[in-house]
Amino acid sequence: MALLEYESLSIALPGMARPVLDGISLSVFAGEVVALVGESGSGKSVTARAALGLFPAGAGIDGRVRVDGTDLVGADAASLRAVRTTKASMIFQDPRAGINPVRRIGDFLTESLRLGRGWSKDRANARAVELLTAVGLPDPARHLNQYPHELSGGMLQRVMIAAALTAEPRLLLCDEPTTALDVSTQAEIMAILGKLQREHGLGLLLITHDIELAAAACDRIYVMYAGRIVETATTAELFAAPRHPYTAGLLGSSPPLSAPDGPVARLTPIPGAPMGLLDSAPGCSFASRCRFARPGHCDQSPPPLERQGPALVACHRAHELTATPGAVAVAAAGSLSPSKEDS
Amino acid sequence: MTTDPTPAARPLLQVSGLRKTYRTGAAEVVAVDDLSFSVRAGGALGIVGESGSGKTTTARMLIGLERPDAGRILVQGEPLAATVRGKEARLARAKAVQIVFQDPYLSLDARISIGATIDGVLRLHGLHDRAARTARARELLAQVGLGDREAAALPRRLSGGQRQRAAIARALAVEPAVLVLDEAVSALDVSVQAQVLNLLSDIRRDTGIGLVFVSHDLAVVRYVCDEALVLYRGRTMEHRPVADLLTAPGHPYTRLLLASVPRPGWDPDSISRRRRELDPLKRHGPG
Repeated sequence: MALLEYESLSIALPGMARPVLDGISLSVFAGEVVALVGESGSGKSVTARAALGLFPAGAGIDGRVRVDGTDLVGADAASLRAVRTTKASMIFQDPRAGINPVRRIGDFLTESLRLGRGWSKDRANARAVELLTAVGLPDPARHLNQYPHELSGGMLQRVMIAAALTAEPRLLLCDEPTTALDVSTQAEIMAILGKLQREHGLGLLLITHDIELAAAACDRIYVMYAGRIVETATTAELFAAPRHPYTAGLLGSSPPLSAPDGPVARLTPIPGAPMGLLDSAPGCSFASRCRFARPGHCDQSPPPLERQGPALVACHRAHELTATPGAVAVAAAGSLSPSKEDS
Repeated sequence: MTTDPTPAARPLLQVSGLRKTYRTGAAEVVAVDDLSFSVRAGGALGIVGESGSGKTTTARMLIGLERPDAGRILVQGEPLAATVRGKEARLARAKAVQIVFQDPYLSLDARISIGATIDGVLRLHGLHDRAARTARARELLAQVGLGDREAAALPRRLSGGQRQRAAIARALAVEPAVLVLDEAVSALDVSVQAQVLNLLSDIRRDTGIGLVFVSHDLAVVRYVCDEALVLYRGRTMEHRPVADLLTAPGHPYTRLLLASVPRPGWDPDSISRRRRELDPLKRHGPG
């Protein structure tokens, strides 16, 4: 059984032209690192929050979200609390937004242990020191007495990871955990997350806008666009042969770091901008930006997510486009060239 | 500001021995130390660094928001005035260097339309004929891929990418010698970022403006710039053609930055090890 399973989850908000989420199906198994990639407004954060039973106020919800077998749609307060305190934890983008600036790090880390589990102060402090050591902070005992402003962003994000671990979760949800950090700090945080995930056999869902980061860190990738999953495959498959024009467009939009000498090939950006919640389309939501879209064919009904070789793809022309290898990937050529730089 | 044509040999922007320190209580923090570089007409220099490297302080000194403690900034051979008094001097400073900031949501006047913003800039800079201003504003917006509909819109009606293009059009309206971009594409979605990057390379090709492109993103710097300067704790680690910098990085810090860029087969463990090995450098200051 999957640790985390979405079954046709749809979330609609009143006054919006399209659902925030439209039939999301996604699973994360124990010991697996899965990425959910999307741009702003794609619904990736709403998807992540749903795994903690955090649904937007006033939303119409349809479908299922199961964490370790517990369905969170319509769950009562007790089962929500059980999931949040023992099964799943979330790490957010901005560590400073999630911590009380006038309380010490130690109080923040031990609160749930002392109040939730009734542990003594000493026992909870000892556990907090253990957790801070696990996330690689140099001087755990001292950090317990520090305030958030005394730590850098990277250190504070490690405190947030330690806090997420107090619940001893089996599932870790990471919503853009490194976006606010420097690149070398990002590597450090990803190394810590990877280590914890392997050591504890956690299921990890990484929500990110950065398809390169997803490729670097994850086993499987889901690509989201305008509230729908448009493609999913293993990382290797997705990079070797993106089958949805949007996936190919994302890959073609990132400038390559190492390319042959001489002038860098011009990027082939996706025209237009991601679809907002006030726009809707009767057919494929990507059609208006897609260079493969065929009027009268792509704009009639939303394409279902269907198997195309080793991937699932939601594209009316996926069958034709996969029949001519490389057709979709042309746009992504820059990013697919082999990397020369060692690490 | 001089109006005679710039001799091809003379760099558009010349920075030498720039230094800036901040004082916090008794401690003195050197934000930028002994920074020198030049940008020729149509050239683009990338300033690469992480937080605390001094890259934003440098950008702010270039546009006169911070006063350097030492060093000189010459634009088209003229020193950038340390203090600006009066309209003439302010306009001259504006014509020397313009900037586009990171946040497209905060860098435009929320109360007036994009078209009115640009119209205001043109009027301030001496274009008094209303019809000529309207035509020029339309031309500038067309250059960044915005039409009449966007011109009439308030900033909040536009997407992040459109706002950033509008901010670029606003800066170009001044016809500055040098355009500084401080993390100007970092907040954009990748598909939109690619559009703005292509726009920047078109502007370089078409206008001969000099670009100073401040960024933490090596891939983006490689795309836009021909030279790059790596800053670490205020000091220049390396300053070379960007292709050389990426294929044969000389400094361990540059190698670390390069290895930190996520890609398939990425090894974050080795990066964090190497980062710790650089720590002595961090404590005793880069050498």
